[in-house]
Amino acid sequence: MKSHVLRPLYVVIGIIALVLIIRGFIVPKDFGVYDRGYMYSWYRKSNEDEWKAFKVKHRSSEYCKDCHTDKYSSIMQTPHAIIQCENCHDPAIDHPENPPKLSINKSREQCLRCHSYLPYPTSNRANIKAIDPDNHNPDIECVMCHNPHKPSLEGFKK
Amino acid sequence: MITRRDFIKYSLQGAAAIAIPALTIEILNPSKLFASKDTKKVRWGFLVDTQKCVGCGFCVRACKLENEVPYDANVSRTWVERYVVTKDGRVLTDSPKAARDGFTRNDPAGINIKKGDIEKAFFVPKLCNQCENPPCVQVCPVGATYQASDGVVLVDRKWCIGCGYCIMACPYGVRFFHPVYRTAEKCNFCYHRITKGMKTACVQACPFGARLIGNISDPNDEVGRIIRTERVTVLKDEYGTKPQVYYRGLSKEVR
Repeated sequence: MKSHVLRPLYVVIGIIALVLIIRGFIVPKDFGVYDRGYMYSWYRKSNEDEWKAFKVKHRSSEYCKDCHTDKYSSIMQTPHAIIQCENCHDPAIDHPENPPKLSINKSREQCLRCHSYLPYPTSNRANIKAIDPDNHNPDIECVMCHNPHKPSLEGFKK
Repeated sequence: MITRRDFIKYSLQGAAAIAIPALTIEILNPSKLFASKDTKKVRWGFLVDTQKCVGCGFCVRACKLENEVPYDANVSRTWVERYVVTKDGRVLTDSPKAARDGFTRNDPAGINIKKGDIEKAFFVPKLCNQCENPPCVQVCPVGATYQASDGVVLVDRKWCIGCGYCIMACPYGVRFFHPVYRTAEKCNFCYHRITKGMKTACVQACPFGARLIGNISDPNDEVGRIIRTERVTVLKDEYGTKPQVYYRGLSKEVR
């Protein structure tokens, strides 16, 4: 049946077939349906490994303590022991190779994150030793008087 | 007698007829559709304590640096909201720069409130809820956002077409476009860290233990134990998304 009516149909079927064949080459082999079924786990499996391979930057104070033993042990005896080294010194990444030296945030704003007095009754914020930033030596950095590794002016706690 | 023209024509037709089912059968495979949901051994869950949070913002800073979210852009994978409820019933909330630099002034939403006028005030950290039934995954037309078997919802940057449908679908507003990659972006529980046995960057940076992460399928896990035995709540429970970020001490003002 050579019909001019059927010819456009053949063209359409051809285009669909072409699209499906191209799709077969473009879509990765690991793109499919996984553990949680079609609605939630229709994806490219190797992307999980790509995210697992993402670079870790914060290494935690445990990473610092072997080389900076003196600094680590002194801060561990102060209330600041709960603060990670990297919160003030930036992420260690592959320090000491990269970066060879970590920066130090000595700014007043860094201390005021916790030590600016906020009268918030239903938050532990109200229980932290705090100052009024407008009246407590407003123009100088906190580190001029307080050593962050030994913050109490009287010295070590206990 | 078959002509050379017909032979080539029939050969191509035959090859195409064989090739199409082989290439398309993967589109719908019923055995995969019914793949078991009960095989997961790890289920990551998060616990936030709104009483312990002091609004220092170290978590937001650590998250941005760890996950390469541009530091000065007004987007963040996690943020801390401040709620100040006054005695005359006003609720003031703000989260300037996602609280990256912490809260240092008593000026919620730019308004100075006297100490005596405060009924209650507290901080609420927020992040992706890694829902058990994530609407963002349901709506993604290309399978770029998906739920891994351990419950964490991930975004495939190579596969995302940037349509923004998932950003609209999330009832918690945790998604945004990454300014550099220009694909959908959100918290993924620091997938590169938790899968190596480390804590997320925000949990590690929090000095006050206001954030905790754990494998809640493990009967000995601290986070799982608290979720099972203490009074915790989730955000927007009525949506049926089953968030896996649980809150201790959540107040009714928080939505």
